Formats: sequence, structure tokens, C-alpha cells
Amino acid sequence: MDKINEQKAMLGENKLAGKDYKYGFYTDIAVDTIPKGLNEDVVRKIWEKKKEPEFMLEWRLKAFRHWKTMVEPKWPNFTYGPIDYQDISYYSAPKQKKDSPKNLEEVDEELLKTFDRLGIPLTEQKRLTGVAVDAVFDSVSVGTTHQKELEKVGVIFCSISEAMHKHPELIKKYLGSVVPYGDNFFAALNAAVFSDGSFCYIPKGVHCPLELSTYFRINAADTGQFERTLIVAEEGSYVSYLEGCTAPMRDTNQLHAAVVELVAMDDAEIKYSTVQNWYSGDKNGKGGIYNFVTKRGKCIGKRSKISWTQVEAGSAITWKYPSVILQGDDSVGKFYSVALTNNRMQADTGTKMIHIGKRTKSTIVSKGISTDYSNNNYRGQVKILPSADGARNFSQCDSMLVGNNCSANTFPYIEVKNNTATLEHEASTSKINAEQLFYLKSRGLDLEESISLLINGFCKDVFKELPLEFSVEAVKLLEMKLEGSVG
Amino acid sequence: MLEIKNLHAKIKETQILKGLNLKVNAGEVHAIMGPNGSGKSTLSKIIAGHPEYEVTDGSIEYEVNFKKINLLELQPEERAREGVFLAFQYPVEIPGVPSSVFLRAAFNAICRHQGAEEMDPIDFDKYVRSKMKLLEMDDKFIDRPVNVDFSGGEKKRNEILQMAVLNPRLAILDETDSGLDIDSMKIVAEGVNKLKKKDNAVILITHYQRLLNYIQPDVVHVLYDGKIIKTEGKELALKVEDRGYDWLIK
Repeated sequence: MDKINEQKAMLGENKLAGKDYKYGFYTDIAVDTIPKGLNEDVVRKIWEKKKEPEFMLEWRLKAFRHWKTMVEPKWPNFTYGPIDYQDISYYSAPKQKKDSPKNLEEVDEELLKTFDRLGIPLTEQKRLTGVAVDAVFDSVSVGTTHQKELEKVGVIFCSISEAMHKHPELIKKYLGSVVPYGDNFFAALNAAVFSDGSFCYIPKGVHCPLELSTYFRINAADTGQFERTLIVAEEGSYVSYLEGCTAPMRDTNQLHAAVVELVAMDDAEIKYSTVQNWYSGDKNGKGGIYNFVTKRGKCIGKRSKISWTQVEAGSAITWKYPSVILQGDDSVGKFYSVALTNNRMQADTGTKMIHIGKRTKSTIVSKGISTDYSNNNYRGQVKILPSADGARNFSQCDSMLVGNNCSANTFPYIEVKNNTATLEHEASTSKINAEQLFYLKSRGLDLEESISLLINGFCKDVFKELPLEFSVEAVKLLEMKLEGSVG
Repeated sequence: MLEIKNLHAKIKETQILKGLNLKVNAGEVHAIMGPNGSGKSTLSKIIAGHPEYEVTDGSIEYEVNFKKINLLELQPEERAREGVFLAFQYPVEIPGVPSSVFLRAAFNAICRHQGAEEMDPIDFDKYVRSKMKLLEMDDKFIDRPVNVDFSGGEKKRNEILQMAVLNPRLAILDETDSGLDIDSMKIVAEGVNKLKKKDNAVILITHYQRLLNYIQPDVVHVLYDGKIIKTEGKELALKVEDRGYDWLIK
């Protein structure tokens, strides 16, 4: 039946998402906010509010001091106004009746309603089956579903704040082990001020019975969202993790700087999928989220696998390169990406594959679609270190242009220090051509159906990597974005 | 069913059709022959609504269910939904889109317009496979992306399959026979013959007489320099085969 569902999805017959940016609403709720500005006191206050263990304060302060010595990267191929880091509030959490709700039934009604409206019901009666959800609202996680079922098999899935209290040893061991606090400007900022995120731990030999998922929601104005996600898959375990994001429509830009770290031991497999739909600003490029994200996985173990699948369709600016460090022999890294830009959106996104272990393999499939006045860049690095005997990489980067005012660029960087490695790189740029459109129209499909079919065909290699529910959503999302862009 | 009067059309600055008249009644099969560059493919594309051609004069009237429509006012997809079908001379590749998805999307778009019930994937699969069987097509075909890596013959056969599935009222076959071996041509011809009904019409555009051995035309036209210069019964095709076009042109 999967094939049937796939076919339906391609034709947009499983309706999930609507046509407009229906996530643009704002929830009016009492909040606990740290005033705008950034200094050591603010970092300390966040740490206090989170009641974190002592070692975290030290780590955060080190990160902050390091960040102060750094400058924003200037190499991405996009432009944006200066970000005033003192004009952002670094912490905003909805006030809850109880200090920390013991279960989801105690979560504030308004918050539950908000997530209902986003299509992510959290309460026991309504929650999604087969998917456990951690819901993050501005700076904090408001609840996690299915925790009991997961506990039975030993899977830990909770907010990273909760993990600091319940599993400090795991946090101490793995936090920053893949993306150190000094990794880059935005990772350093995140390490200093991150306020929540999700934590998953899959014990040895466990095939996680549910899809795990985090839904990120930015609500408050003038705040930044800085979350951090950490997933550890022990020997022989498997987990599939999904991430979704939305924000209200606003005229001002908001900063989102997240860090995601994945750790895979021997024979473990992590599949990480993202559908990113942050508000991207209006037609003239006013407003929208600045999305600066560091995502990296480390295949520590032999034969371990990490795959990143992303559908990037939102944000005014996207700066994001989900990467894999292939350390264990025979480990495998994959990156499947669809990045769509419309209006005045700018994306500079891609991946890094660092081959260290023997016979390590990586696959990169990137599809960029640009329309209107947008600017879409693929930037990817494949690095084969001297130790990586017999490493292989296959890269395919395709760009599609819709209309005459957009641009697409591909920046592949390849560095090979072992001559037993095999690399293949394919790239193409195409325009939706008039003959294809005429052919489809002459069979009775209207312009929009024709375009959406062509786009679906173009992205198929990526969509098939997504869990079904997500691929349906992804298709609808792209259709919605393309509406009115073509003609 | 179709009445073209004094049709003039150009592409960019080149005038191609220069006063073409053609009348096709329901139930008839017409063949249009003519030397290269006479305007045969242009005519077929204009009937289907290709945006690159500009009609500078004349009219195309299409009659369906007792209502007369000015075809030139309709978008290509609207023409298709009214039952106009063009089998392309050079079918276009649609990467990544399985034939099954494409065919069902087209079929349902036409059903919606005509007020008929749409088909779900399971019923549609059965329906398409029954048509594929008639055209002796490989089972795997349905899952392959539309026309991608198809041989010339497969592409042509795919056009006929689309025709069989979409069941048009007016089908225009633009050199569907070129590039087909004799066995494939017989199968294609059989497909066309099965479609023939008293309320459908077919226009065959062809260079060669040989297709007409398998599909009997009621009327044969010779198109030259943007105009129909000769119209007769099927014997005209044989004469052209025998004597070429020169005797008609002079």
C-alpha cells in the first residue's frame, strides 16, 4: 500500500497542510522573559532558570567568552542587515500554573490549544499514534508524549533540560562532543544561551518502536530561539527522528540559532528528518526568521549510519550544513535535501562529509528550487582523510529555476588525501521548460498541477527518504510555496 | 466536429499556415499528408493550443455534445478536458514522475471537468493495465518515469496508451508512425482502430502511406505551404505514394 500512498502524495491527495502560511498566528500567553541584552549575567540567569548542574554554567560561560572573540561568518552567499545581539531577548518561556507540569494534562490550556492548531495534539486522547512528540515553545519544552511507552524499552526521550537533571552523566559525556562550543560563531552563541531542545538516548540493541519528533514553535516577539538537540544511539540501535518548525508572521526578523548533535555507535543507525517551515517574510522580504543552524552527526562506531533528510522551505535566511563525521570503519553518511526559496528568501545550505574510517561511504543528493527573486545556494564539502582507505562518495546537486529573476549556485568543495577513494559528482541546472508544461497541459492538467508534478518528480529521490506523513506534508508545503510563483 | 476556416498562423516572424480550411465530422478518420515543412505539425500544435504559435487570422470551431466552442479561446488544458488529444511527434520526458501518477492525474482532471467520477489508484491501476495489454506493453512501464529512457518506439506507444486511457473525442496523431517498426505500427494501428467510434474523430498526420494500410482513412488531404491543396478519398494516399507531391504542387 505504500506505493499507493506515495502516488496519492504526489498528487496532493492526502490533504494535511493548507494553502497559506496557516502557522502565522500568535498565542497570547503570560510569559517569563529575561530582558533584552546579552552578557555574562544573562548567561547565568538562563542557567539559574534551568536549574542546571554546576558543570553547565562553566561550559556556558566558556562558550560565551569564546563567542565574544568571534565574528559572524561572511562567506555565505547572501546579504542581510546587521543583527544587534543586544536587542534580542534570550529567554522567553510561557508561565505555567505549576512550576514544571508532571504530565501533559497539567500543561496550560492555551499551549495545548496552540499545538492542536499546529496539528500536533499533545494530550493522551488526541496525540498522534506512532510518533512521540517533544513540543518546544520559545525557550522551553512544554511536554513530551509517549514517554512511558518509550521507557519500557529503555529509550529516553525528553527535553534536554529534563535530561540535565535526570541523566547528567550522559549530558556531560556527549553535549558538545560533536559540535564543540567553539565550533563556529552561531554554535558558540547557542552553547552560551541555549534554553531547551530534545534529548534522545537509544540503548544498546533497541530498535526504537516509535518515530521520535520535536516540534519547534517560536511565539514571542523580539526573542531568539536557541535550542539544542542531542541524540545518542548505542551499539546496534535504531531511531528515526523528525523535526518540524513554525513561527508567527512578523515584520521584524527573528534569530534562530540551533545546534543538533548525533552520536552513533557500532552498527547503530540514526535517521534525522526535518521539514523547516519558519516564517520566511513577505513578498518584499520584510520579516522572517534568520535560521543559522549547526547540525552534525558522528559515526563513531563501525558500520554505523547517519542520514539527514531535510526539506527547507521557510526562513528569510537559511544557513545550514548538516554533516557527518565518518569515523568508524564502514560507516555510512547520507544527506538528502530539498531547498525551496521563493519571494526574497536566501538559502545557503548543503553538507559536509568527513571520511576518516576505512571504506566509509557517503551520499549527497541535493535539490534546490528557486523562484521569484530568491537566491538558492548549495555548498558542500567532501573530505577524504589519509586514513580513509577505499572511501566512496557520490554527490548529486540539481537546481531548478522557476522564472527569470531567481538565482541558483552550487559550491562543491572536494578534498582528497587518499588515492584509493572514489568520488562521483553530478550537477545540473534546469528550468521548468515550456515543452514539459505544454505536454502536461495538453493532457488536461492546469498550470499549477503541472508545476507541482514536475517539482515532485524533481524532488522524488529526496521525498522517498522521508517518513510517509512527512513526505505528504512536504509535498503540500512546496505546492503552497510555489503557488503564484509560476505563470 | 471540427471546422477550421482560413487559418493563418506564425511562429515568431515566420508565417506557416496561410489560409487553411479543414472540416472533420464525427466518426471520420482523416489523413493529412504533405512534404516536410508544409505545416503539418504546426497545425496539430495549434489545435492543441501550443503557446509559441500565434494565430493571425481564421477560426477553429469544435463541436461537442451539440455545443460549439471556439477552440482558440481555450487554454491547452481546457481543450484536453473537452476531449482534444494530441499524440506528440516528440513526446516530452517528465523525470521522476511515474506514468501511473501522470496518467491518473490527467484522467481525473478530465473526469472532473466532464462531471464523471474520479478513480482511486487501485481501480485506475486495473484500468490502465487493461489498456496496456491491448497495446502489448511491458508491465513495468507503469512505474517508469514518463518517457524517460524510453526508446523511440516506446514513446510513441506511450502516446497511444495515453489516448486509449483518456478516451478523447478528437485525436490528432502527429507522425506517430515515424520511427516505428512494422510490428509496433500494427499494434499502434490496432489501438487507434479500437478507439474509432461513431462520435469520435481521428486526424492522422503522416509522411508515409504505409500506416494507412492499417488504419483506413475516410478522407486524405495534402497540405502544402500552409494550405490544403488537395482533398480526396483514401486513394489519394496511394497516388502520393506512387508519384510524390510534385504533380500536386506545380
